[in-house]
Amino acid sequence: MGGEVTAKDLRRRLRRAERLNRLGAFALVGPLLLFLLVVFVMPIADMMRRSVHDPELGRVWPQVVVAIGGWTDRSRPPPEPVFKALAADMRASREAGNLAVAARRLNYDIENGRSLVQNTARRLPAEATSWTETFVAADPRWGEPETWGAIDRAAGPLTSFFLLAALDLQRHADGAITPAPPQKSVYLDLLQRTFGIGLGVTVLCLLLGFPVAYLIAALPPARANLLLILVLLPFWTSLLVRTTAWVVVLQERGLVNELMLWLGLIDRPVRLIYNRIGVVIAMTHVLLPFMILPLYSVMKAIRPDFMRAAASLGAPPATAFLRVYLPQTLPGIAAGTLLVFIMAIGYYITPALVGGAGDQMISYFIAFYTSDTVNWGMASALGAVLLVATLILYAVYVRLIGVDRMRLG
Amino acid sequence: MPRVRFRDVVKTYDGVTAVVKRLDLDVAAGEFLTLLGPSGSGKTTTLMMLAGFEVPTSGTIAVDGQPVNSLPPHRRDIGMVFQNYALFPHMTVAENVAFPLSVRKVPRAEQAARVDKALAMVKLGALGNRRPAQLSGGQQQRVALARALVFAPRIVLMDEPLGALDKNLREHMQLEIKHLHEELGLTVVYVTHDQSEALTMSDRIAVFNDGVIQQLDAPDVLYGRPANSFVANFIGENNALPGIVEQVEQGYALVRLATGELLWALAVAVDRVGQRTALGIRPERIVLGAEGLQARVLEQIYHGDHVRLRVACGGSDQVMVKLRYGEGEVPAPGAEVTLAVAPEHCLALDAPQ
Repeated sequence: MGGEVTAKDLRRRLRRAERLNRLGAFALVGPLLLFLLVVFVMPIADMMRRSVHDPELGRVWPQVVVAIGGWTDRSRPPPEPVFKALAADMRASREAGNLAVAARRLNYDIENGRSLVQNTARRLPAEATSWTETFVAADPRWGEPETWGAIDRAAGPLTSFFLLAALDLQRHADGAITPAPPQKSVYLDLLQRTFGIGLGVTVLCLLLGFPVAYLIAALPPARANLLLILVLLPFWTSLLVRTTAWVVVLQERGLVNELMLWLGLIDRPVRLIYNRIGVVIAMTHVLLPFMILPLYSVMKAIRPDFMRAAASLGAPPATAFLRVYLPQTLPGIAAGTLLVFIMAIGYYITPALVGGAGDQMISYFIAFYTSDTVNWGMASALGAVLLVATLILYAVYVRLIGVDRMRLG
Repeated sequence: MPRVRFRDVVKTYDGVTAVVKRLDLDVAAGEFLTLLGPSGSGKTTTLMMLAGFEVPTSGTIAVDGQPVNSLPPHRRDIGMVFQNYALFPHMTVAENVAFPLSVRKVPRAEQAARVDKALAMVKLGALGNRRPAQLSGGQQQRVALARALVFAPRIVLMDEPLGALDKNLREHMQLEIKHLHEELGLTVVYVTHDQSEALTMSDRIAVFNDGVIQQLDAPDVLYGRPANSFVANFIGENNALPGIVEQVEQGYALVRLATGELLWALAVAVDRVGQRTALGIRPERIVLGAEGLQARVLEQIYHGDHVRLRVACGGSDQVMVKLRYGEGEVPAPGAEVTLAVAPEHCLALDAPQ
């Protein structure tokens, strides 16, 4: 009986001690957690929110976004009260000077939507018996349900417009979702191109990095360190400098072309830059260390005894490599390819500098929408699609390889 | 024809110092031969040359009469057990043991049967599905053994295979390996720096020092009749007493010790009067007697089943005497005693440089 009480007491004391330990540990990582929350988690959450949040139109045209709820027969234009509300909104926003906000937002969805709004607002009379007729007279497009569908889609506060657009889909006035017309379908292609370049760069990094990591792991420490420093050397110069260096090397009269001409491999300069080749070469160069380092760290831990044992057991060198060495490097390969791939699909500067118009990756368009057209919704939707696609790929990857089999360093 | 024949084998890494100097060595089929020596004595290099991981600088190594100098390791048909086992961590125990069979394209059904048999042989039948990391050191050792034996190699090499085990397990595994050797008729070349391990297991022991075999003999000969001071000191315990040869007669030498006392000894490495020598005497060969060398007891060291005396005798104060209990009174420190050694157990060896 007495022993039991002591045991219980002991357990309680243990729990208290452990709780204190945990609190102490938490206090140590607290600043980092806070930092990550502010600069990482919150921006991502905000981006996800912006990809479905669409308050602009509702802010400048408050009446029509309410009135459009009374539009039931989507195969025809909305009833008169909706036109009337739009007329009131247009006038009010023109006086308030924020008509341009509505015009820009509708321009995302309707071709020449900006001029449609601006011109109609300019011609709008103060009074009218039938606003429907007045609007259609100003521009026949007001008689088309799709024009009103655009207003309905932008009515907010939540919208699927940007996300659907990022997947080359569109929603019609009647609610049906169909693929976007071919001239507007660019984003699936873009996504495919982004993952294609990412995959190509990853495979190249693996093929080039594996022998290097193997060599470094096999060398005595002093020389291995020297080689490791050479591998890390690129990190000492800016990404911009490294990328522009490739412009010098790869251009029409650059080092590579001159060399191949001199060797007689080609008889006139080959285009190596401002196209896919240049993008892949430059990105592979920049990302190679992220492949070599995890591979090296795994290979260093593989004792030479394993290969000797395999040989003594009768395995020729190639068999020993494939069946004994390679499987043991899998954690490094898994980590390296994941690291390189995920970094590659987010690349912006390198493709922007050494790629052509057809080699831009998803980040380029995100930057374009954020800084050139200030279309936050579209930028966020593309970001969200990239994030989700990456997470899905990661999940599949972990499923195939196993997260415990990965070693990042 | 011997199973293995080293002829005139020299190995140097830098072209200046030879790690192995003009080695001649035969290993008979079915023999358990141990290469024993301190680290850097050339024993491991010799083993690695036989395995094919090192190439002799000159000389030939032949297996069953065929020179193997240029034969790569995987074609030598030699099983090897490594110091740290080198079990493949990404394979199960059964896959590890099956590895030499699968690279030899043995049919699957036969592989499974032979793996089962090999695992049963090392008493690990139930652990085939485990990973090496889930096994204890002793179990890993057995897997390594099963893997090296499963393809019935011509020769089995073991490079300090028990070095990582604790003392009890090590002694147990020594016996098991010895029994496997006897049952399967294996030809084993075993490398160790542990002389008691070598004495327990081997048919013959080659004692290496400085790249040269100092003596190659059966364990009892090595212990009872060491050929030189190095072997006497390296194998078992040895009392070394320096002296000068006074007389040589019928294989025996009369030796004058530093104290002036005279002692008859077996002339192992001396043949002329005036030669400097070191007498080698095993502690258990010294008896307390009525006449002999004068000695003073310095220390009593208790060992459970016996007791040792450290005595000052013949010019050395490091002479050990091993006494059994129940053979009379054990003299206390400070006591003056007389020590006797039979001449055939007192070896006149080479004087250390």
